[in-house]
Amino acid sequence: MSQIPADLRYTKSHEWMRTLPDGTVEIGITDHAQQSLGDLVFVDVPEAGRQLAAGDACAVVESVKAASDVYSPMAGEVVAGNAGLASQPELINRDPYGEGWILRLRPAGGTAAESLDAAAYAAVAAGG
Amino acid sequence: MPYIPHTQDDVAVMLGRIGVESIDGLFDEIPQALRTESLAGVPDALTEMEASRLAAERAAADGRPLNFIGAGAYEHHIPAPVWALVTRGEIYSAYTPYQAEASQGTLQIMYEYQSMIAGLTALDVSNASLYDGASALAEACLMAVRAHRRSKSARILLPETVNPVWRRVAHAITEGQGLRLETVACDRATGRIDPQALAARAGEDITALVVPQPNFFGQLEDADALTRWARANGALVIAAVNPVSLAVMKPPGEWGDGGADIACGDAQPFGVPLSSGGPYVGFMACRMEHVRQLPGRIAGRTVDLEGRPGFTLTLQAREQHIRRAKATSNICTNQGLLMTAATIHLALLGPAGLERVARACIARTGELVAALTHLPGVRAAFPGPRFHEAVLRLDRPVAPVLESLAAEGIIGGLDLARDFPWLGDALLVCATETRTPADVEAYARALGRVLGRAAAA
Repeated sequence: MSQIPADLRYTKSHEWMRTLPDGTVEIGITDHAQQSLGDLVFVDVPEAGRQLAAGDACAVVESVKAASDVYSPMAGEVVAGNAGLASQPELINRDPYGEGWILRLRPAGGTAAESLDAAAYAAVAAGG
Repeated sequence: MPYIPHTQDDVAVMLGRIGVESIDGLFDEIPQALRTESLAGVPDALTEMEASRLAAERAAADGRPLNFIGAGAYEHHIPAPVWALVTRGEIYSAYTPYQAEASQGTLQIMYEYQSMIAGLTALDVSNASLYDGASALAEACLMAVRAHRRSKSARILLPETVNPVWRRVAHAITEGQGLRLETVACDRATGRIDPQALAARAGEDITALVVPQPNFFGQLEDADALTRWARANGALVIAAVNPVSLAVMKPPGEWGDGGADIACGDAQPFGVPLSSGGPYVGFMACRMEHVRQLPGRIAGRTVDLEGRPGFTLTLQAREQHIRRAKATSNICTNQGLLMTAATIHLALLGPAGLERVARACIARTGELVAALTHLPGVRAAFPGPRFHEAVLRLDRPVAPVLESLAAEGIIGGLDLARDFPWLGDALLVCATETRTPADVEAYARALGRVLGRAAAA
């Protein structure tokens, strides 16, 4: 059974979002996603300054058996990529909602991201 | 007999199971407008006997001329064991194995090949080969754009001194993918990249600079200075190299400050016969930081559950069977058979043998240039240093001279009029270790006769 913290927002494509006190949004992949991928061997994180539209592929997570794109849930500018993942991709396996964050985004104004709460995401994850 | 194991009945059962009436029905979704009923210019099928006879006739038409042409495909001695081994049943396949448990021998050959290419280029990692040098250059350009994320321009500087055929192929493959390949002019006095043409681009957003070494004219570029220029201007460096030359020249991984990022070229000089133009085998190597952008297959060395060494394909998440449309390349297999020939060829020669070949090529080309430029009306277009090719200028149009030489059984070089009109009446000549001093003398005598005859007429 995977963890789905109640205080985060989610996407159908298995990203999570956490709004930080400074208004930026931290993004990673869910516990369910990392379990499905297995041991991660490489994470391609975006560089600061990159402009993203909602739904853009913004990172790649690669395990021994698959490689998947991570999609930005919202438009914005990348403030930081998690540099620690370059040498320790397993941080995502170990701590997907903490040290395993992938990028921080400064959201562009305009429409709010379409997102799910923990209960709605739990249904998505349960559906496979 | 078609080499398809299914009988008509098998096919009917399979089609029935999926509810399709005919094989053609599988392609219904392709609009009529996009279909070709028959391919123009493709003749009817021949029997094996007819095809063998046709191939033998075509080969006989080539004859056994004395060859002084290089221009991207080089005649080298191939030790007899190379093809005796390559054609053994165990390894006689162009395909790359997925099943490590059934393919240890092939995978080990790939691993050895990669180790040799990495060693020759002084770069960290090599793939298991590409189609040929020209497509390897195109793949290197695409790779550079993926690898250099800070550069947004997708602009590649492709010097005029790169093989013109390779340049055409690189344009054809990359332009539909949004790359801009921009020509950097040749210095017409030196036959090398014009430093001023390059300096004019300083400060622009350039993704990569291609550095040919030796260049198409056989001239040696200042690879160190070019690499430093690229670094200073934030561009990656793609080395397009003749692998034989690496036995005696500074390898791309050591150019300038920090070396080239990617090296590519054609490994045809390693055990692959000219074969009227192909197939050949491309190679590509890079620094480890770019490995996830490297196209093609990579064999890795590992250990099995019992700790015994073994080989397997690795880093496959770059490839299309996993990454689909986002794969690094649509290359799904490689030139396995020719890669095998190259590996065996290099293993037989060893580093010292390869160095002897390279030095013999340089020496023989030097003798050829000296003998030919001794004739009135023939001079070298550019001062040295050069590898095993040289541009010669004649005092008259080249094509008729080459025709007269051909009538004497000598292929005298490549007429450069089409690709380099500014060179005037010029031809590109090459002498490898397979040309003897007597061959060089025969060419010089024949050229003297041809030029003298024309002058007398």
